[in-house]
Parts: sequence; structure tokens; C-alpha cells
Amino acid sequence: MTEAVDRARVLQGLRALYPEGRILTRPAELAAYESDALTAFRARPLAVVLPETREEVVATVRWCHRHGVPFVARGSGTSLSGGSLPVPEGIVIALNRLNRILRLDPEERIAVVEPGVVNLDVSRAAAPFGLYYAPDPSSQPVCTIGGNVAFNSGGAHCLKYGMTSNHVLALEVVLADGEVVRFGGESLEGVGPDLVGLFVGSEGLFGIALEVTLRLVPKPEAYRTVLAAYRSLEAAGDAVAQVVASGLLPGAVEIMDRLSIEAAEAAVHAGYPEDAAALLLVELEGEEPEVEAELVELLEVVRASGAYEVRLARDEADRQRIWKGRKGAFSAVGRLSPDYLVQDGVVPRTRLGIALAEIERLSRKYGLRVANVFHAGDGNLHPLILYDGRQPGQLQRAEELAGEILRLCIRLGGSITGEHGVGMEKRQYLAEMFSEQDLEVMRRLRRAMDPGEIANRGKMFPVPQQLEAAAAS
Amino acid sequence: MRTGAVLRPSDVDSLREAVRQQPRVWPRGAGTKTALAPPEGAVVVEVSQLRGVLDYDPAEFTFTALAGTPVREVEELLGRHGQYLPFDPPLSAAGATLGGTLASGLSGPGRYRYGGVRDFVLGVRFVDGRGELVRAGGKVVKNAAGFDLAKLMAGSLGRLGVVVELSFKVFPAPRARASLRVDRPGFEAAWGLLRALYTSSFDLEAVDLVPPGTVWVRVAGRPESLPTRVQRLRAFLQGGEVVEGDSGIWEEVREFRWVPSGWTLVKVPVTPRRVLDLERELLPTASLRRYSAGGNVAWVAWPEEPAALSDLLERLDLRGLRVLGPPGLPFLGRVDSDGFSSRVKQALDPVGRFGPYP
Ligand SMILES: Cc1cc2nc3c(=O)[nH]c(=O)nc-3n(C[C@H](O)[C@H](O)[C@H](O)COP(=O)(O)OP(=O)(O)OC[C@H]3O[C@@H](n4cnc5c(N)ncnc54)[C@H](O)[C@@H]3O)c2cc1C
Repeated sequence: MTEAVDRARVLQGLRALYPEGRILTRPAELAAYESDALTAFRARPLAVVLPETREEVVATVRWCHRHGVPFVARGSGTSLSGGSLPVPEGIVIALNRLNRILRLDPEERIAVVEPGVVNLDVSRAAAPFGLYYAPDPSSQPVCTIGGNVAFNSGGAHCLKYGMTSNHVLALEVVLADGEVVRFGGESLEGVGPDLVGLFVGSEGLFGIALEVTLRLVPKPEAYRTVLAAYRSLEAAGDAVAQVVASGLLPGAVEIMDRLSIEAAEAAVHAGYPEDAAALLLVELEGEEPEVEAELVELLEVVRASGAYEVRLARDEADRQRIWKGRKGAFSAVGRLSPDYLVQDGVVPRTRLGIALAEIERLSRKYGLRVANVFHAGDGNLHPLILYDGRQPGQLQRAEELAGEILRLCIRLGGSITGEHGVGMEKRQYLAEMFSEQDLEVMRRLRRAMDPGEIANRGKMFPVPQQLEAAAAS
Repeated sequence: MRTGAVLRPSDVDSLREAVRQQPRVWPRGAGTKTALAPPEGAVVVEVSQLRGVLDYDPAEFTFTALAGTPVREVEELLGRHGQYLPFDPPLSAAGATLGGTLASGLSGPGRYRYGGVRDFVLGVRFVDGRGELVRAGGKVVKNAAGFDLAKLMAGSLGRLGVVVELSFKVFPAPRARASLRVDRPGFEAAWGLLRALYTSSFDLEAVDLVPPGTVWVRVAGRPESLPTRVQRLRAFLQGGEVVEGDSGIWEEVREFRWVPSGWTLVKVPVTPRRVLDLERELLPTASLRRYSAGGNVAWVAWPEEPAALSDLLERLDLRGLRVLGPPGLPFLGRVDSDGFSSRVKQALDPVGRFGPYP
């Protein structure tokens, strides 16, 4: 039997679940799904399906389970770690059409949403009630709640109120073997083990979230946004430790280095001081009298930390401009280079200065430009390594440099990922953070949910060295 | 070994050994949650010997400590550096340990502001059902590597593993606090106030409702802005008495001193809207109630064996956890049996060494 015939036969059952147009199998149609925002990896799936109801998702998962065909759930494909990279010859279950906000209950401060709902749309829907959904990845105008749940995504404003995991109350999930389970509740409190806490951040390895109950929070009454310019990146890094140590609890503490400032400035004219080696962006949020009092102290701390220019957002429009520059920084930097890799390792906040100096040194050693624009308040680095994939050897050098940065984070007592997940990209490094025993328990959990290991096969867990080598050749 | 025996391993290795050797094990911290009792035939493994803070760098706002460390000891240490655990860990004066606080999944009134124990734990080491030592999570404030087993341990009641070490993030302690007491002529009016506060933009540390009609509010922040904030809050509440020397009041709440001795105390997760239904059902009973965390948890004190309470909760589609009082099965009310938790149990404790999931 030829491969094509074989493939057609396998797909027959799946075709029965979808009308024409919602199952894609032609190469031209599949192209858009072959990678996520980590463009260095590509794989062609057997098919992409576009379910519109949760029943279709469940039926698809059951079909995959019955036939032992791997599947990958996909939101908007903005993963930076290869999380939504297809498994070759597997099925991509694209969830963008499951994008209904099923219930918005302002009095209970919850939103019940389908997984394909875009992050920012939740806040938009909640805005008329003075509420919003707090975790704000820079990709929030496009990324989905399902993707956020899979990676426990963060954002600039996660310092005070935490990441996705701190904002998900309940889930309905189809496990990889087709069983549909619900856990969690509408209350902020629960009894019994925190199953929601386990599922959030499980990188799609247990199954697919079908419905997510989110916590909404009241919009802060006031913001004060401060921009401070520094002569060196290290000085800005050290300033973070001083802001943290001051006992202030800002809503956001971000850093951008020279390269990101220039790129952001060129892209959105945020009004940043262009001669700065680094910018520190600190935002206070809360009740008006409180932020006003905090601001006095913040300005003192920032000035004492060696900032040569300190600026306060004049009004809401100015504040929005500042944030637009910051949130658009990835794509702005992306324009400086044909390709880039982003790491998101974490270091203890007191070691930020050291980590940044070391990254600068590594950048010179590898002869590759590195831009830094990151969530400094929680020590979450985002070095963007610029490279040109058409130049032989550059991708490999970029990956080596990325690896050195990850090891640096581990050495400093941090983590290989703060919010982008391990995905495809960092799986080998997971074994440097955790012992074989730790990983074995995680594998057992995975197999308990997914005996056939069909959900996002090949992601997160380190693969044995020899398999890795075989895949690369 | 006979039932009722207590082992007190002095280090992690002997704890692992104890788990391996006993067919049924039940971990215990200081035993302050008196109603949580070992399952039939289990040997108690007390982690009280595994105590001490292993790592605390105040500038980092995180610490790592052994599971048997009394919460109070940590709070004192943090306090000396102007830091705190914002979720008011309950029963800390009574001797609660860090491990027991996580495993019981309990948080006090302060969880209203920044979240509960599950929101502050960063990493754990625990001994699983095969006696293996497992680490998950990390020591830094943000970490997405690997499955978040630290959160899973919150509320696990020792049925998934014996927690031996924990890392937490902490916050700068507010320099000033004020508490307000507002009395309304009846429950419904007070409940209305609670719900209005819940969707307001006031940054409140705690919002509790005590029948028949009292709302307690705690505000914290900087001394220079606090008077203005209290004034604005009083305008919103149309009244409210500022209570001086309020730390005693909240200590009483955290320690559940309002619960008559010998009564059963049950934690019932609820939502602000459903507080009214619950109160209506409970009003005719002999119970005492306190609705905390802005109406997200009801603490119900019950004078006798809580079978009738369990039925009542089930009727309302609510679940409860027994915390204080005579020992018994931990969960009351609606029975949740989802395929997810049984799979988790199977993976972490395949031979059921920590007892079945009740
Ligand atoms: C410019 C840019 C800026 C970014 N900024 C941030 C940031 O500030 N913070 C941050 O944390 N991330 C950031 N990201 C990364 C990315 O946006 C997040 O990881 C996001 O959560 C991915 O959402 P998505 O819908 O694109 O998911 P996808 O990329 O489609 O999928 C991500 C993972 O989730 C799984 N998945 C998707 N849906 C489900 C579901 N319903 N159930 C189970 N698993 C599912 C997929 O299998 C995959 O493993 C950024 C990315 C870009 C491109």
C-alpha cells in the first residue's frame, strides 16, 4: 500500500467528523500551521481540523486515541518555545473558532470562556463593569486563553497578582484518552488537592482545555508610570533589586535595553529617551492616595539608583504609549533581524545585574546581537538572540548561546522558563533543572492522563540523547 | 506496627524509609487541624522534627524551609525584615506548621488581597507513595518549568505525598493598618455591602461578614495615606467604626477562637452571591458562621457530628472540609469523583500508601 493511500484511509474516519473546509490536508493549507512563533522549528501535520464545538474537539481526541494518532492543540500559535509545533504526521486541533465568552458574571467577578477566546477580549468584555483579566502577555491581542492555560503565561503585570495560574478557577478538560473531566469551582477557595494548579502549565500534555473559568479583578483606581533611563544595563538591573527592597509593591517593573529601545522607538514612537543604555519602567497601581504616596518614595529610590533621567507618564494617553512600545518590543526587535530566538529564563532578582552583564559578554563571545526586554520585577529575563537563518551555522550558534543563558539561569538558582514553557525548545534543559526521579514522577502523571502519549508528543520531556541525534540528522 | 503508632523521623532519609516500610502512612505536622485524622490502620508520620528555615535572603523576598517549621517562627523571622505571608496562615499561634498549612490548603482572612497559600507556594520537595524524594517548582518567584506539583499539594491532605520542604514568596509588610466595623440592620443589607465592596476598586486586605449583620474590613498601606483611604471607605460604607488595636480581632479570627471548644469547624468554599442561600439554610440551625475572603469561604462551626450539615451542603451543591473538632471523614457535602484526581492519585501513590482519596 502506498503512503498516500494509507494516509487517506487513516483520515477517512476523521473526515466524517468535519464538513469540507474544516479539515485541511493540502500542503498549501497546512503551511500556516507548520510552526509557531519559534520559526526555527517546522513540521508538517497529517491534517488540521477546525472544530467549532467542544463536542467536535472531544470526538477528535477520541478518534486520535482510538487510532494512536498524536495531536497538538493550537490556539493562536504564538508559542515561543515550539509548544504548538505540530507533531509530524499528527493532527493539529486548531481552537480559534471556540471563541465564545459563555458567561460573564461581573458580580461574582468571573468569566467562563471557551479556550480559543483571545486574552484581551476577556478584558474588553469585562471593561464596562470596571473589571479586567489581569495576566497580560505582550501577545494579548492575539494569544488565546487555552494557550495561556497550557503555559501558565505571565505578562508585565504579574508581580502583584500572579500569572495565569493565579487567575484560573475551574476547568473542563478532555483528557488525551477521551474522558471529559471538570475540576475547580467558582470560588477563590477550594477543598481537596489543587487540580487546577496542576493542569495550568501542563503544556497540553494532559489533554485539551474545553472551558475555562477565569477570575476577574476590579480595575485599579489609579496608575503612576515612571520611566527611568540608565547609562548601563547592569545599573538598571541593580535598580530593580533596590525598588524591590524598598518595600514598594509595584504592579509592573520592566527593563528594556538600548537595542529594544531603538527598535520600539522606530516602530511606535513611544517617546523613550533614545540615548539610554537601558530603561526601567515601573508602574504603581491602586487607590489614588496610596499610589500618590508610593510615588514619592519610588522617585527617591529610582533617583538614588543612578538614573540620569526620570520621567512620569503625563496622562493615560502617554501611559498607553509607553506600554505600546514595551509590548510591541518583540516584534519591533524582530524587524532588526531576519530571525530571532527568545529565551525566558528566571534569575533571583538580586542577581539581575550579574546575569545581564554575563549575557552581554556571551553576546560578544558569539558575535550575535542580543536585545533584552523583560519582566525585571520577577527576575524573568527575555534575551532576544538575533540571527540570520540563511547564514550557515548561525542558527546553531544562536541555539548554543541560548543554551549558555539557560545554564546561567540554573547556576544562579533560577529557572529555564518563567512563562514561555519548555515546549520543544528547552526540553533537554529540563533534565538540568530536575533529577531523573523528579522527571519520572512527572512522566507517570503524564501517562496517567495520556497512556498513549499522544497529546503534544515529544514536548517538554527530555528525549534520550540518541533519539535527539537521530531526529537532528 | 499497630494503628495509632507515631513515627518522628529525624531526617528525610528516615522519613523515606518509614514510608517504604509501612503499608499505610499518614503525615502530620503539629496536628492543629484536629478534625483531620489518620485513615483506618495508618501509622502517623510526624514531620515535626524536620524543621528550620534553610534559606532566606530578605532582598529576594523568598524563603525555603522544612515542612515541620512552625509558621509562627517564619512569621517572626519575616517580621524582623518588614516582610510577611499575606494570606494570614490560620492556627499559627496554635503551632501550625508550613507543611500542614499547605497540605490542608487553608488560608486566613488576608487571602482576600493577594491570594491564598496556593498562590504563594513556589516549590516543594515531597516523598511520594513509593518513598521517592521528588522536587517540583523552584525557589524563584516565577517558574513555568515542569508540572506544578507544588500547587497540587495545596489541599492534598497528605494523600498524595509527604511534603518535606517548601519554598514561598513573601511580600513587604504594610507599615500601617486599620480595621473598620460596619453594622447593618440585617444579614441581607450586610451581604449587599459585602458584594458592593467585592466589585469596588478599594484595595482591601480582608472583608469578612459575620451574621447577623456585621461587615469587617481591613485596609493596609502607608501611614501617610491611610487616614484618607479610611475616610473614603467610610464615605462608601456610609459609616463604619474604626477599631483601634485591631490585631487582636484578626488574630482571633485566624486562630478560630470564636469556635466553641469541641465543635466541628468546616470550611465551605462558596461565592459571594451564594452566601445568602447558605446563610438562609444555616440560620435555623445551631451553627455559628463567618463568611470570609469577600464571601468566597464560609467557616461554619457546628455543635455536633456534622452529618446534617453534610446533607445541607449537598443540597446546596457545596462541598466542605472538616478542620477542627472530633475527627471524621474530611469531606462533607457534594461528592466529587472526577477522573482527574483519581489518575493523579494513581500516579503519585500507586499502592495507596497514604490511604484512598476520601
Ligand atoms: C510577540 C510575542 C509576545 C509574547 N509575550 C508573552 C508574554 O509577555 N508573556 C508570556 O507568558 N508569553 C508571551 N508570549 C508567548 C505566547 O504568546 C504565550 O505562550 C501564549 O500563551 C500562547 O498562546 P497561543 O494561543 O498562541 O497558544 P499556542 O501557541 O497556539 O499554543 C501554546 C501551547 O498551548 C497548547 N494549547 C493551546 N490551546 C490549548 C488548550 N485549549 N488546551 C490545552 N493546551 C492548549 C498548545 O498545544 C501549545 O503547547 C509572546 C509571544 C509573542 C509572539
